Amino acid sequence: MLRLEARAAPSRAMSWLSPLLALAVTVVIGLVLFALLGKDPARGLAMFFVEPFRGAYALSELAVKATPLLLIGLGLALCYRANVWNIGAEGQFVLGAIAATWVALHAGPGTGRWIVVALLAAGAAGGMAWAALVALLRDRANANEILVSLMLVYVADQLLGYLVYGPWKDPAGYNFPQTITFLEATRIPRLFTGLRVNAGFVAAVLAVGAFWLFLFRAFAGFQLQVGGLAPAAARYAGFSSRRALWTALLVSGGMAGLAGAFEVAGPLQQLTPYVPAGYGFAAIIVAFVGRLHPVGILFSSLLMSLFYIGGELAQSRLGLPKSLTGVFQGLLLFSLLACDTLIHYRVRWRPRHAAPGAA
Amino acid sequence: MDAYALLVAATLNAGTVLAIAGLGLLVNERAGIVNLGAEGIMLVAAIAGFACAVHTGSEWLGFGAGALAGAAMAGALGVLVIWFNTNQYATGLALSLFGGGLSAFVGIGYVQERLPARPHFALPGLADLPFLGTALFRQHPLVYGAMALAAGLAWFLARTRAGRVLRAVGESPESAHALGYPVRRIRLAAVLAGGALCGVAGAYLSVVYTPLWVEGMVAGKGWIALALTTFATWRPGRVLLGAYLFGGVTMLQFHLQAEGVQVPSQWLTMLPYLSTIAVLALISRNPAWIRANMPASLGKPFFPGN
Repeated sequence: MLRLEARAAPSRAMSWLSPLLALAVTVVIGLVLFALLGKDPARGLAMFFVEPFRGAYALSELAVKATPLLLIGLGLALCYRANVWNIGAEGQFVLGAIAATWVALHAGPGTGRWIVVALLAAGAAGGMAWAALVALLRDRANANEILVSLMLVYVADQLLGYLVYGPWKDPAGYNFPQTITFLEATRIPRLFTGLRVNAGFVAAVLAVGAFWLFLFRAFAGFQLQVGGLAPAAARYAGFSSRRALWTALLVSGGMAGLAGAFEVAGPLQQLTPYVPAGYGFAAIIVAFVGRLHPVGILFSSLLMSLFYIGGELAQSRLGLPKSLTGVFQGLLLFSLLACDTLIHYRVRWRPRHAAPGAA
Repeated sequence: MDAYALLVAATLNAGTVLAIAGLGLLVNERAGIVNLGAEGIMLVAAIAGFACAVHTGSEWLGFGAGALAGAAMAGALGVLVIWFNTNQYATGLALSLFGGGLSAFVGIGYVQERLPARPHFALPGLADLPFLGTALFRQHPLVYGAMALAAGLAWFLARTRAGRVLRAVGESPESAHALGYPVRRIRLAAVLAGGALCGVAGAYLSVVYTPLWVEGMVAGKGWIALALTTFATWRPGRVLLGAYLFGGVTMLQFHLQAEGVQVPSQWLTMLPYLSTIAVLALISRNPAWIRANMPASLGKPFFPGN
């Protein structure tokens, strides 16, 4: 029978191979699923891994969807390295979008381009404030951050609904629940004319470098991670666990809020009830698949963006529900966690009679 | 007067979903396993139960399908967490995300479906009592089932040998292993039972409570049920009490709207989530309270040496 045997030291090779192995497992399950649904598996696969690369427009869309995933994923990676379980990035993203919209709605015909900076800062602050609630309740009342951050996602959704159905509804919008379309001055500058990819993608890629420096070259980043890996050692060294908690939540909340601001002032250009598109949850998968490493997250955010675009293409061209994306996202994280076992254990074959009483 | 009787009845009905799921998660956690996949399990069970009820016309078969789907989903988590030693939080989260996607994918064909009208249930004799009849004795049998489950579970955990073994596994898997108990199988059994109960709760939601399939219809009830186990400090009776409390908060919004209170509906919809946060913070403030009943090995992996 097969048995798991603990490795003397975690395998570095497996830690990088595991995401690829998990992707392979997900693809195989995907092929079977396409066949079961009566679709050509090769064509299904092409929707996810070939079509999203064809042409400048497709590549631009890939970057547009990767932008929020990358920004949020970086913040969450820092958070999880500190062993703080913020899973409410979706709510922090929504608050960022709301705060950025609040600034954008103050713009008039004469407003300068500086307002984009103000709007992004407001977005980051909005996400931070939402995450600060989680930090406060954990710090002061020891309330579980998983449940609090998640409950705040539902609260944020309702707040968004209140604003777009109520005070912020566009009076000339035929009663649709949405704000006015943002003025030209408040929009994130695009990188190429005719393509939706904007400065947000550049900011997200620059953030990869910044997070790498903070995590691996700065003392504060080191302190944060020691607290996550070995709380007792961190206490002994005099590193404050409270500071780690607040840093982790404020940084991850701020990044999610910033992503919300880029999203609402970039591709969307107005606040609607459809702003929460699940990026905050998908970014959790992005963070884990990217090994909580900034460079890894750059790749995994692009991979997750492929999943989104593939799901949309499978809907429009193969007539499959778009929710296929969610199925594959969940499967990917599941297979990753299973494959990660191979980092710490090796699989050994042992004949059954040699292991009496094995349960 | 009658409006209040209906409010009590609706509260018990709404609380039943949370109670069944919360009691299932309590079984999980008493064995040391946190199941953050509850939301996804309930969603998959909701569509499985609803689809089964649509095709067979039987709500009880629907509950059965929900229980099976719930146990299957939880089983995947159990195998990964117990045998592959994966992180319990991450695995549960994966299950929730997967369940959300899978239920939406399968459910797309059932969005327009309706279930045939169900005969109203009434306890003979008691149902005609003034006020109490409407408030308490015209409920779906599962409402009473949830109450019986809480009582049964309290008895099981405190008074039976199997219940004590389950708690031992959650308190100290090392000691239970040393005494010769198959810790991992007991944990898997607890996870399967908890998943099945979450499944029944999900199916009750889509087959009886709503009764419709809407994408994402569990709307955080799985997470609230998880908060309930902490709120209840891992005691079955208090899970039931907490479930009715949250059920009441949910119903309050409809009651206030019916009374003509001029508050935007979104603020009222926030109430259950905000009260979950508030209650969680209040209970967690007192460490002694939490520690008294919290299974000591909760969330920690156990890997018996070779």
